[in-house]
Amino acid sequence: MTLLSTRGLSKSFAGLRAVHEVDFDLPEGEVRALIGPNGAGKTTFVGLLCGRIAPSSGQVFFDGREISHLPAHRRIGLGMAYTFQITSVFARLSLFENVALAARRRLHGAAAVEAEVMSALAKVGLTEAPERAAGDLSYGHQRLLEIAMGLVQAPRLLILDEPTQGLSDAEIAGFKALVRELSATTTILLIEHNMSVVMEVADRVTVLNFGEILAEGTPAEMHANADVQAAYLGTG
Amino acid sequence: MSDGSKTLALHGGLLVLLFALQFVLPAYHHGNLARIMVLASFAVGYNVMFGYTGLLSLGHALFFAAGMYGMGLAVQHGGAAPVPGLLAGIAAAVAVSAALGLLALRTSGVAFMIVTLMFAQAGYLTVLYFGAYTRGDEGFVLQQAQRVLWGIDLTQPDTRYFAALTLFAVCVLTTLALVRAPFGRVLIAIRENEERARMLGYDVFRYKLAAVVISGTISGLAGAVYGLLFGYVGATFASVQYSIFPLLWVLLGGAGTVLGPFIGTLFMFYLIDLSSAVTSAYMLVAGVALVLLTLFAPQGLVGEIRDRIWRWLP
Amino acid sequence: MLASLEGAVTAAVLALTAIGLSLVFGVMRVVNVAHGEFFMLGAVLAWWVASHVGGPPAVGFVAALVIAPLAVGALAALADMTVLKRVAYDPERTIVATIGILYILQQVTLMTYGPEARPVEAPFNTRLALPWVEWGEGGIQLYWPWGLSTTSYKLFVIGAAAAVLVGVWLLMARTRIGLLMRATQLDREMALAFGIPVERVYAMVFGIGGALAALGAVLIVPIQQAHYLMGGDPLLLSFIVVIIGGLGSLPGTVAAAVLIGLSDGIISVFFSPTLAKILATLLVALVLVFRPQGLFGTGAK
Repeated sequence: MTLLSTRGLSKSFAGLRAVHEVDFDLPEGEVRALIGPNGAGKTTFVGLLCGRIAPSSGQVFFDGREISHLPAHRRIGLGMAYTFQITSVFARLSLFENVALAARRRLHGAAAVEAEVMSALAKVGLTEAPERAAGDLSYGHQRLLEIAMGLVQAPRLLILDEPTQGLSDAEIAGFKALVRELSATTTILLIEHNMSVVMEVADRVTVLNFGEILAEGTPAEMHANADVQAAYLGTG
Repeated sequence: MSDGSKTLALHGGLLVLLFALQFVLPAYHHGNLARIMVLASFAVGYNVMFGYTGLLSLGHALFFAAGMYGMGLAVQHGGAAPVPGLLAGIAAAVAVSAALGLLALRTSGVAFMIVTLMFAQAGYLTVLYFGAYTRGDEGFVLQQAQRVLWGIDLTQPDTRYFAALTLFAVCVLTTLALVRAPFGRVLIAIRENEERARMLGYDVFRYKLAAVVISGTISGLAGAVYGLLFGYVGATFASVQYSIFPLLWVLLGGAGTVLGPFIGTLFMFYLIDLSSAVTSAYMLVAGVALVLLTLFAPQGLVGEIRDRIWRWLP
Repeated sequence: MLASLEGAVTAAVLALTAIGLSLVFGVMRVVNVAHGEFFMLGAVLAWWVASHVGGPPAVGFVAALVIAPLAVGALAALADMTVLKRVAYDPERTIVATIGILYILQQVTLMTYGPEARPVEAPFNTRLALPWVEWGEGGIQLYWPWGLSTTSYKLFVIGAAAAVLVGVWLLMARTRIGLLMRATQLDREMALAFGIPVERVYAMVFGIGGALAALGAVLIVPIQQAHYLMGGDPLLLSFIVVIIGGLGSLPGTVAAAVLIGLSDGIISVFFSPTLAKILATLLVALVLVFRPQGLFGTGAK
């Protein structure tokens, strides 16, 4: 069953086509990587999916219903979760409160919230001193906190924008394991530059270039695809 | 002690202290403190919007005056008793703050500040325009007979003090409960990072609107009680000055702290009180305080304490 | 006709004051709430200079015309360097700080100058009768009716304001300083990277903004008297003008000043001044809510 799809989705900024006529389908339960050279429109595209950015034209469908007209918070309410590319945690609030804010929209009661928050923090390995201010964390740990804020929402679709950027090798290994574990219950769309992550965790890969879908297939197919290589080398 | 019980002990302790003070203070300071508690309630209301939600309003005189005139006009021209009068004041504040919120929240940042300033100015001019009822700048006095609540004469210093303390306690405890509840946490999240809060699925506009209405209602309640306790309703309370005052009090005491508004109001009241003995240009103190605060202590007094000593302060 | 001439005087002074506010907002992206107090200081200084310079009124007036804007401009630049620079031009903190400056200037004036309103004598003030055209029995006739007259000074105000506005435009469009200002306005970071002394440009812009307000005040002070609370109305009107003209747009500001100045005279014929002010304030608020780019602006940037 298709969880998320777009038809003719376009966005232009002052005449510049950031995303152009994209038809995209994401089946439920899949881990999909979205790759492409810098400026290919990846962040704009996921921004259009979750309603951060209004499209110039086109439609977005989620779970069989059209959501193009819904504001961002309603889409999140339907079961999307979004983590920001540029870490955007609540810097002056504690780790615990950051995750609790994400949890409280679906959970009620302090005990239930606390249990889920601690479990989400444990999944990303941030159990130490949850009362610390989020802004005091290292950049890599802030990325992990972002992921915990996504997890705790128990979303049907988790959108991760460059989650491994700034993580250490050990943390990246942990992240891969986490995604595999999650993939049993959650559909995941991740923008990723780290090819080892893409090769190991993604079921399928969509390649964006100049705001359009260049190719789609398994990681191995994409790895071998001449067009994709050309796009990355800038000769395409 | 857990943070929760420390918080309760501190705020409860302040209220008990204020209760006890009425028996020992000399008449002059006794009267001052009653006035400070009502004005601090106004500041507590302001703090909900500015301190906790991060919405800087330059038009809170509009809400204070809405409550005051809602009560005053109902009592003076409608012949209402104090309780229906208070209710009229609250209703006016709710209506005005909801209307202002619906319009002004379409803007943000500097535009929001100017829009609130402009609406408050329009409100002030409206008070002047309907001078036939409001008596404009001159204002009107509520007679003693109009200020008896359930047989309690609010013109007496001790009942007045007690009424002011009750109002203040209600406002402080309401805010305390608010900011410790999930709802208040979302307001703080909006202050810290509005876009992030939206992308966690919160309807930011509705939360902000609720904050404006709660803030405006507390401020309006303070205005209504002020008119009732001190027996005077005048256009000064709708002027720009009374929009700047709560900002100043909250900044001084510490925005986003429950105790900040009271500390700031207390401090500023006595600063102006002392300086007005020296010069008629007592607002100079307010001006200097505003500049110094923005330069050197944007956290305010209680805010600095929280940063340095008591991290748990709500 | 007469109303519109009075309106033109208002518009001229308003344009000067508002262009100062608009310049500051345009280049520095901050709102100066103390702008009205710079206006007030200009008027009070004009009185002070005029009353300390001997000789005919014209000498004192000319001296005031030079000294008051310079002094106020210097004070504004000083305020920029000591206060605004230190809050890093954060929009919200700047507003709070300039509210503080507003009270300081106003109250210091009250302490030194006092609560009285004082006039400055106009340098020349001959009465000019104006012709009136009417259909009479024999076709078009020209009248010089009693009461329909203006003074040479009022015409001078309009001319002087127009000249200064052209001067500001030339400064912005044709000089190196103007180029630096526009570069800073477009992209502060880029300007810094190109070695433009952004801090000095800011101090200068804030100074020029204050000086323009003061200049407007010196021009109006022979018509209105100088008073320590006179800054409120110009501030409010300048806000209205700047917002309706589109935040930071200089041509829009001038156009809006003319519109507001002229209509102010005409509106007050139909409405009481208070009601006119209520409507104007509400209009501004609603423009900001529904058309933040101003009535003359073309879409958001």
